[in-house]
Amino acid sequence: MKCRKCGGRAALELRRHNAAFCPPHFLEFFRKQVAEAVHKHRMFTREETVLVAVSGGKDSLALWDVLIEEGYQTAGLYLDLGIFEYSQESKAKCLAFAAARGQKLVIERVADAVGAPIPEVQKATRRPTCSACGLSKRYLMNRAALEHGYQVVATGHNLDDEAATLFGSVLHWQMDALPRQSPALASTHPKLVRRVKPLYRLSELETAAFAFLRGIDYIVEECPFSKGATSLAHKELLNRLEESSPGAKHNFLFGFLEKARPAFARAEAVALQECASCGQVTTGAVCAFCKLADQVKRRMIE
Amino acid sequence: MKVILRNPRKEVEVSGQRRVKDLLTELDILPSTVLVIRGNELLTGDTVVGGDDILEVRPVISGGGLRAPAGPVR
Repeated sequence: MKCRKCGGRAALELRRHNAAFCPPHFLEFFRKQVAEAVHKHRMFTREETVLVAVSGGKDSLALWDVLIEEGYQTAGLYLDLGIFEYSQESKAKCLAFAAARGQKLVIERVADAVGAPIPEVQKATRRPTCSACGLSKRYLMNRAALEHGYQVVATGHNLDDEAATLFGSVLHWQMDALPRQSPALASTHPKLVRRVKPLYRLSELETAAFAFLRGIDYIVEECPFSKGATSLAHKELLNRLEESSPGAKHNFLFGFLEKARPAFARAEAVALQECASCGQVTTGAVCAFCKLADQVKRRMIE
Repeated sequence: MKVILRNPRKEVEVSGQRRVKDLLTELDILPSTVLVIRGNELLTGDTVVGGDDILEVRPVISGGGLRAPAGPVR
């Protein structure tokens, strides 16, 4: 298989783009996709300092690597979840990455904030581990950014992550989650920092290939609690679909972002109130049913 | 050739030559879910492998963590 740009030996085939690239041209493609994401959604400027949430995995370290190489001002944020050897190894990867590139790494321990490491939180609350973990991460990312003076937090969510999350939200018609699914969430409150996902245009295979080709030492082993996670089941379904229909994940996510999300966002923005006539929830002063009933009543009198 | 699988780590001996895509089909692995690595190079599906090759089949799928929980129907 040959590189689409130079005809050299390809390292990666991208079926959804009907293309293949050699290592240098794949790295160029990858960086262009990140640049496009940052530009299109006005994620951050070169004057801002970006707090990159890193886990030691391929996605977040690939993201940090791209942003450093592109000349953005960055610092890393590692949240120590206290998940046995997995956390020790992932923290070591982040520390080594930051040290090799002369970057600042902020470390926060979940146990200090929550009162116990993630495995104990799960036992104490009986809440699904990934749920308690995700909640803690979102909270601590925002708090750390505020405390350390960063206006924006960047996470390593990729196309597969976003497509799987959308699939889960649609499967359960989570009307509150759908408007919030976006590559960039603006700050809507002085104590809520902007959150961006510059890798949303790139698949998981592509972020792994980028990390490998850049020689990034990332943790390949998965979190022990991710076994059986719903998101993995959704990813498997989507990957089987992608196999027979290349581009399906891209079309699903980008179609939502371009065509459907605005409608959900509008729906969320509408203020609800009680109908002045019947008390049921409506968007206007009087609900559509009462208006209809009123019309019928007047016709009957006429 | 020797094929090293990860998560869990396992080594498989495979005889004869075949394309990477055929090898993955035999191992029941979706091509979009793994990197196939030989030394310091990534291999595409049409690459013929065999003989003394040592391949690492590295999974790329991660789950849990920051993803929003599917949760119950509200």
